[in-house]
Amino acid sequence: MDKGLTLREACIFKDGKLLVGVDHHIPPGEVLTLMGPSGVGKSTMLSFVTGTLAASFRATGQILLDGQDITNLAPHKRRVGILFQDDLLFPHLSVGANLAFGLRPGGSTAERRAKVREALAEVNLADYSDRDPATLSGGQKARVALMRMLLSDPCALLLDEPFSRLDSELREQVREMVFARAKARALPILMVTHDAEDANAALGTVLRLTVNT
Amino acid sequence: MRRRFLPALPLLMVIAMLGPVAAGLYGTLLPAFGHLPAAGEYGPNLDAFRALFDWPGLRAAIRLSVTTGVLATFLSLLIVMLVTAGWSGTRAFRLLERLLSPLLSVPHAAAAFGLAFLITPSGWIARLFSPWLTGWDRPLDLLIVQDPWGLAMTLGMITKEVPFLLLMTLAALGQADATRSVIVSQALGYGRLTGWMKVVFPRVYAQIRLPVYVVLAYAMTVVDVAIILGPNTPSSLSVQIVKWMSSPDLSLRLQGAAGALIQLALVGGTLMAWRLGEVAVAYLGRRWIMAGHRGKADRIVGGIALSVGTLSALSIMFGIAVLTIWSFAGFWSFPNTLPDEFTMRNWMRHGPGTWDAFRETAIIAVTVTMVALVLTIGCLEAECRYGLALGNGGVWLLYLPLLVPQIAFLPGLQTLFLQVGADNGRGPVMVAHLIFVLPYVYLSLADPFRAWDARIGTIGAALGASPDGVLWRIRIPMLLRPILTAVAVGIAVSVGQYLATLLIGGGRVTTLTTEALALASGGDRRAIGVYGLMQTAAALLPFAIALLVPTLVWRNRKGLRHG
Repeated sequence: MDKGLTLREACIFKDGKLLVGVDHHIPPGEVLTLMGPSGVGKSTMLSFVTGTLAASFRATGQILLDGQDITNLAPHKRRVGILFQDDLLFPHLSVGANLAFGLRPGGSTAERRAKVREALAEVNLADYSDRDPATLSGGQKARVALMRMLLSDPCALLLDEPFSRLDSELREQVREMVFARAKARALPILMVTHDAEDANAALGTVLRLTVNT
Repeated sequence: MRRRFLPALPLLMVIAMLGPVAAGLYGTLLPAFGHLPAAGEYGPNLDAFRALFDWPGLRAAIRLSVTTGVLATFLSLLIVMLVTAGWSGTRAFRLLERLLSPLLSVPHAAAAFGLAFLITPSGWIARLFSPWLTGWDRPLDLLIVQDPWGLAMTLGMITKEVPFLLLMTLAALGQADATRSVIVSQALGYGRLTGWMKVVFPRVYAQIRLPVYVVLAYAMTVVDVAIILGPNTPSSLSVQIVKWMSSPDLSLRLQGAAGALIQLALVGGTLMAWRLGEVAVAYLGRRWIMAGHRGKADRIVGGIALSVGTLSALSIMFGIAVLTIWSFAGFWSFPNTLPDEFTMRNWMRHGPGTWDAFRETAIIAVTVTMVALVLTIGCLEAECRYGLALGNGGVWLLYLPLLVPQIAFLPGLQTLFLQVGADNGRGPVMVAHLIFVLPYVYLSLADPFRAWDARIGTIGAALGASPDGVLWRIRIPMLLRPILTAVAVGIAVSVGQYLATLLIGGGRVTTLTTEALALASGGDRRAIGVYGLMQTAAALLPFAIALLVPTLVWRNRKGLRHG
């Protein structure tokens, strides 16, 4: 059994035309970066992996996670975590409740609270559990979004231009943190970006995609 | 179980909306051609039409229906377009926007009563200026309300249709890129109003065409406003049909059914004529644009439009105010501006009656709106889960029950319910209300529901939440405000239903609206004040709740405060 995320001849078609194709295995703790201009179908490839492909696209090939074929699994059963360029914290829940939403079911309320507290402490937000997410700074939101995703105990991590909304200082910091935590948990990472700096910092394979005409 | 249930909802919704309309039209068609076994009549024959054409008032009734309907629609549209053209983006316009929801929710009947109490010779306006200006110490003997040309009725319709068309226009403005277009045309030297009319109006009108048709069909066939403000000798065609349909003489129902078909044809014909008018206006508009006039009278026209629009809004507000005063009035002699004495007597006398009617109104409105809400959310959710979109034709399906005149299919539906023995109950009335509540709830909720960021759903799924979990734990809480607004709209629509309650309820289901209308001919202003005010409150209260509850629930959630 192969640990990691495998895209086996994964192809995305639109109106019968091939948009993008990837055939690659990402071992645990390593990064595959898809680079290219907008409209090339990078994010669409990610939605194929998460299982939320829009009806106007068609996909062929297989997605394997730790050797298991997840191509036809419902999105919420895939255990594939994703971070977007926006934090997308649930605005109606407190910071702590956002994290608890991500936490897998099981355990007593006290245990769950403790796990949420631990996760917040890990990113230096120990007293933020009851805060309204809308009152957090950009960097704080990004950290909460990361921990929420990690608490759901995913087997792979997808990054959809995750740092492009942050200003340059914060950007490096958040990027380092995301890669460090993901690698510490030995998650295979699939990132799409149009930023060469992101690709360099990832220290992994880079696939450059071009627009098919 | 739910997996099989959800995809069936769009179909269920279409059946709930269009089934009764189709059945009702069928039920109108048969008796119109002389077939009504319940009354011992077997067709087909043309006796009903013959009797109808022998009725001396027919020509006047038809003329009244067309003139008041077209005039009310044209003037409402004109006011809304000119006000939007001249003022959108200004402080005055934002004030009008804020007044929109309360003005919309005031039921037609209450607004019509209020207007009547303002403009009759013994009304508030005459009292304000008498005797010091006019010299009147007795009300003039002048027929202002219920005038033979139906002008008062047209005015009443305008005050209610202006807020509706303004709401539809506001929704369309967002998609028309209006602000930037006006800036460009202003840079080219066009006045604000002229630039808007030449550049934005064609795009906006294309968006609000169906709502305009709804207004036209409604204004031509309105019953409650016509009973309060319209002429009696003869009354407009739809009011006459209701009289025939409510008559104990069953043979008059044949004549009523024939009249309903004539009314349907009349609306169809007028809609087609309106469509031709659109073509003519488009042709003239293109020539106007080619001529390149920058607009000279923009300020004057805009000023007049804003004044008329404000007057229309004020007439509803002062109408409600005068209803309130009458409900507390003891003896009130002309020309005193305020009653000689204030009293609780009217409320003591009519309190128990209004309370019963209020309860019946609330039971029907809340039940129907909840059914509509479940169907709507189910449909929208099925759309995003299975791609079961209603599509372009779907919009027409939604508007169809609003375009087919109520007076054309409700009598037939009544006859059908009569035949299956399900007449005169609360249930059938609810079925009839649902026809009109569903489209409004759907139209109100669809845009905010679709505008919700789908990536949040992806995040939820990636965190392990099932589709139902995403719906209940994320999407619905985040959409609390638009959902409550849609509920308020649905309740207001149900509260205002007169014809559906009267005909399908067979006179035995009494809501605030049917009670208020029953008082119209008696002229007991104190009782009308009490019932009109209760009716307004029943429609207005849900809007206040829809405003208040999300503010309270999300008081610590900045991200949802204006969502």
